[in-house]
Amino acid sequence: MTVLLDPTAERSPTIRPRLPRPDKLDGLTIGILDIAKARGDVFLDRLDERLKELGIAVKRYRKPTNTRPAPLPLQQQIAGEVNLVIEGLSD
Amino acid sequence: MSLPQDGLVAVVKRDCPTCELTAPVLGELARRAGLTVFTQDDPTFPDTVPAPVHDLALDMSHRLKIEIVPTLIRLEGGREIARTYGWDRGEWERLTGVVGLGDGLPDQRPGCGAKNVEPGVIERLKIRFNETGLRSRRIELGDDEDEQEAMFARGWSDGLPLVPPSEERVLRMLDGTARDPQEVVGLVPPALNAATVEKIAVNAVMAGCKPEYLPVVLAAVEAVLDEGFAMHGVLATTMFVGPVVVVNGPIRRRIGMNAKGNALGQGNRANLAIGRALQLVIRNIGEGRPQEVDRATLGNPGKLGYCFAEDEEGSCWEPLSAERGVKPGVSAVTVFAGFGLQGVVDQKSRTPESLARSMAESLKAIHSVKLAPSCDALLVVCPEHERTFREAGWSKARLYEELYKLCEIPGEELIAGAKGIAEGGPPSLAGKIVNKFRPGGLMIVRAGGNAGMFSGIIGGWSAGGPRGSIPVTKEVRP
Repeated sequence: MTVLLDPTAERSPTIRPRLPRPDKLDGLTIGILDIAKARGDVFLDRLDERLKELGIAVKRYRKPTNTRPAPLPLQQQIAGEVNLVIEGLSD
Repeated sequence: MSLPQDGLVAVVKRDCPTCELTAPVLGELARRAGLTVFTQDDPTFPDTVPAPVHDLALDMSHRLKIEIVPTLIRLEGGREIARTYGWDRGEWERLTGVVGLGDGLPDQRPGCGAKNVEPGVIERLKIRFNETGLRSRRIELGDDEDEQEAMFARGWSDGLPLVPPSEERVLRMLDGTARDPQEVVGLVPPALNAATVEKIAVNAVMAGCKPEYLPVVLAAVEAVLDEGFAMHGVLATTMFVGPVVVVNGPIRRRIGMNAKGNALGQGNRANLAIGRALQLVIRNIGEGRPQEVDRATLGNPGKLGYCFAEDEEGSCWEPLSAERGVKPGVSAVTVFAGFGLQGVVDQKSRTPESLARSMAESLKAIHSVKLAPSCDALLVVCPEHERTFREAGWSKARLYEELYKLCEIPGEELIAGAKGIAEGGPPSLAGKIVNKFRPGGLMIVRAGGNAGMFSGIIGGWSAGGPRGSIPVTKEVRP
């Protein structure tokens, strides 16, 4: 196992922190990523409707298969087009 | 195998001619005095002893703090009461109480360095026995985790790959200074977190420094943390600047810094790594990061690291450090809040008057031709330009004096709207003479390759001088 010495003032946890959540959704574009598991779309379609009712821009994406990570071009496309992503991890 | 409570212990290695020489003596002592022999590199050595004890992991050597082989130790009641190293018949006879040792051998032979204190080995042993004294938090990476990606993900990098700061590397880095690893060099802005020698060493490892660069890095950190330098402001400004480090004195050549061709460019490890280490200290210890407290609009490539040495040997002038009060022969760093490089191309001036005028015209253009006084500047005079001043007998003081005179600007030229440029000062400048630089706002160093009539200007921060950043010089301490 590799052990490194922390070069910082150690004011943050050793585990990489999550990005901060946005205060509000106004003006943001939300991506909905379907990981291609059965019936995931049923739940995500409903989320899509609810978000649109709130006037929030939504873009939809779908992985080719739930068995592999999203292909890099898809990851990059999502990163370039939306501010945050919702994905359903299970069926 | 543990140590005997009472008796004699020797530590040896085959790769030591003195140990080879004493092999018959070791055999005799094993027979007559119950000597236990620990061997560091070859389990069959010495073959004069029935059962030498392997210490290939060097644990016993480390516990006994062996530095030289052969070492001979006498224990009583589990405590060491006598020790000698190398071969010295008188000492060995006194310590063992056996007379007539080593018949036919010379009286004395110095020993060799022990394996357990070799570089790379001693660090591993200290880590194994938890003796490093290092206080930094340990970050454990997963077996399949890529070191570089892990460091990028934690935000430690300036954008380029880093040398992973392992315990071994940090220990070796700390060998580069005599200072206590826990000494606090200062509080690093913007977060004002304490920079210990150890934390600076961790960042120096990541930057690619060798241990012998560390004293220069420490001096540079001290210099930027001097109140006069105003590091917080230098970081937080929207202007281009970052710390520029000029190194003077014998350490330049000892650590192989470049003061000659491409001195301000790529290709020299010491120049690049020292400058980078300073910036990593600001980033990682001080939490000073772009688009956070670092508000630079454009920044400049030197914010990855901007460090070079003055070419003192080739210069007819006193080095920058001497001008700033450092004794000859003493190494020092000077930090300047500067950016980029503006070339002064003049291939035709052969008189100091013409060349000084040429340099002054370029100096007057820093930031804006419409602003004066605008900022401090560091003028890097190339060898072929310096030669022109040398041959005419111009001292550095003379050049300063002439440049200040030549940098006087009629106020009319600086008024907002003059030259068709809205930038500028108030109408009240009319009839006045304004200098481009505050008194003391120019610094001159000599560096560069022997060919090319190309000097350079490193511009400063608009808040130069006491109301902003003043250059700071610090001696390099071992």
